[in-house]
Amino acid sequence: MNHPALAEKFAKDFNRTTWHDETLWFVRQKRDRAIYPIPEFQELRLLASQIKDHTLSNLDNYLLQFEENAIKNGVKVHWAADGEEHNRIVLDIIRNASSIKGKTGPIKMVKSKSMLTEECHLNPFLQKNGVEVVDTDLGERIVQFRNEPPSHIVMPAIHLKKEDVGETFHEHLGTPKGEKDPQALTEAARQHLRQKFVEADVALTGVNFAVAETGSFVVCTNEGNADLGVNLANVHIACMGMEKLIPKVEHLSVFIRLLARSATGQPVTTYTSHFTKPADGKEMHIVIVDNGRTQQLGRSDFRNSLKCIRCGACMNTCPVYRRSGGHSYDFTVPGPIGAILSPNIDLHKYSSLPFASTLCGSCSDVCPVKIDIHVQLYKWRQVVSKENELPAAKKWGMKGLAKMLAMPKVYDLGGKVARSALRILPHGMTHAQSMNPWAKARELPDAPKQSFKEWYSKNKKS
Amino acid sequence: MKVALFIPCYVDQFYPNVGINTLQLLEKLGVEVAYPTQQTCCGQPMANSGCEQDSKEVYHHFVDTFADYDYIVTPSGSCTYHVRKHYDIIDQTPAVQKVRKGVYELVDFLENILKVEEIPVDFPYKVGLHLSCHGQRGLRQANASEIIGDKGGQILTLLRKLRGIEITQLERNDECCGFGGSFCITEEAVSARMGQDRIADHVRNGTKVLTGGDMSCLMHLEGIVKRQQLPMKVMHIAEILNGSQP
Repeated sequence: MNHPALAEKFAKDFNRTTWHDETLWFVRQKRDRAIYPIPEFQELRLLASQIKDHTLSNLDNYLLQFEENAIKNGVKVHWAADGEEHNRIVLDIIRNASSIKGKTGPIKMVKSKSMLTEECHLNPFLQKNGVEVVDTDLGERIVQFRNEPPSHIVMPAIHLKKEDVGETFHEHLGTPKGEKDPQALTEAARQHLRQKFVEADVALTGVNFAVAETGSFVVCTNEGNADLGVNLANVHIACMGMEKLIPKVEHLSVFIRLLARSATGQPVTTYTSHFTKPADGKEMHIVIVDNGRTQQLGRSDFRNSLKCIRCGACMNTCPVYRRSGGHSYDFTVPGPIGAILSPNIDLHKYSSLPFASTLCGSCSDVCPVKIDIHVQLYKWRQVVSKENELPAAKKWGMKGLAKMLAMPKVYDLGGKVARSALRILPHGMTHAQSMNPWAKARELPDAPKQSFKEWYSKNKKS
Repeated sequence: MKVALFIPCYVDQFYPNVGINTLQLLEKLGVEVAYPTQQTCCGQPMANSGCEQDSKEVYHHFVDTFADYDYIVTPSGSCTYHVRKHYDIIDQTPAVQKVRKGVYELVDFLENILKVEEIPVDFPYKVGLHLSCHGQRGLRQANASEIIGDKGGQILTLLRKLRGIEITQLERNDECCGFGGSFCITEEAVSARMGQDRIADHVRNGTKVLTGGDMSCLMHLEGIVKRQQLPMKVMHIAEILNGSQP
């Protein structure tokens, strides 16, 4: 289904849409309060943008430098061209790990938040191959129980109310029916997850930043689940998109200040964990994934979408996202940034996403790395049209409109005829909802007898 | 200084009074204004729908129409933004460059070219200001709440000069109204909902007259006001500044 259809479905529940909008607007305001007191915030954005631009322009070198240093640290580095290869590599690592080889019974994995593994559809692949996968972030665990994709990249279960979570936990964790107290529900999840952590053979994490000069990487979480998982299991697999690099450790000071403030309005995430080498007797692997990123890097108009640090601020500020929900985008990364990343992956499937915006520009204003998101939305629209993915009615309608607007006399006459028709035809016809979507919730403007041009010709022209 | 008036297509067809007030206001301020009658549209409707290639002939027509003027003043931040920002796909001849540089949104022109200090108008109403995104974020005519807590901007500065006016304090000062060109049709559900939410904010906080710099946003919002039969009058900023009363 395309975005308008899914959005309409979401918006049909008026009160829930209000709640969703207000919940995310609350986060946006929290973010505002966190950035206003920092006089250099706009300079930080510029600096972050420049560091990322520089890194993307020299990505080949930085990737090799990162790999070299990571290997020196005793980490095994793997390269995956696409999601399928990524999944296969992860499975191979698990099956070949000395601590796991020969284990009877199911292999158990705990995962902490990784949008990349969502993108690669790792969970179903591993489960098919006999690995038990448990997402350990609270929000991720909730949507995993419900067999839903995350609806937001930072707050994956933001589309759910505490009553919904209560239902889900009642079904999967045996909490009392009707229990909706957040503390009680969280406690149930803690007890449940604690068991999973203790049993895990392997821990998988995402990567927020990978530092080329040291070969180390940083994972930012609020729940501490990444650390717990990694420290208990014998094998740590970290999966990263190839754009996660930054050249130096000192650059972290820029990004760490921006990330949590932009994401949730916190000065910093509760845990900012640095990983450099495996503990004695343990294994650490990094899987570096392309999966369309090189292709995007080759698109000069869209390259800098790869600067994204996945804070989700563009979603929280987007008036369309807030009223259509993350699932209406039907892509791993929803919202404005998803709408400029997804056409790179499948232009046909996601051709409605660049149009799921009013081009209000708020996304570009909040973006901590200054991605010109709304400009790229506009540019993707041109690509959609060029690649013949526009609906036929729109395509030919626009061609006709352009012809008319290039010929003043035709435009004048067309306007006059249209206005007359609007005046003469009965309201029920001009406002027929099946014919005129405008009229579902809005009245048309009154059609005046005289256009401005006609008035001018009569009254002013000498 | 040679000044031309550009009245956007939908204003020409549906809101002639906005055009008349713009013209009268400029004349009152001593500006000699020409109105080239072969004008049509800036080409934005097609371009925002992905068809900027089709728009090229409209761009050329626009440039041909206005190339002789130092300033092209229009009561629309959105059209101004489109000409300045998106006329980059045609040859940048001296005429194209001159037109892109010379096109001005009305309030910007009043404040920064004419340096208007006084607006001798009584307007004893509670006025809600709707900031159009293209004026606010496109042309940077008003601060954006994503960047700074201060809510200042060009239209607000002029409104505050009116005698007896009270300005509505909104809960969301600069959220998009949801018009968005063809978005208002293709994404009807979200578009309507965005507009309803904007109007609800104005209703809750006492707006009696709703104004702004872009009639396109206001057309969409007025459509909701009328459908919901609310006691709220929608006026373009040019009408208010020219002394029209609700």
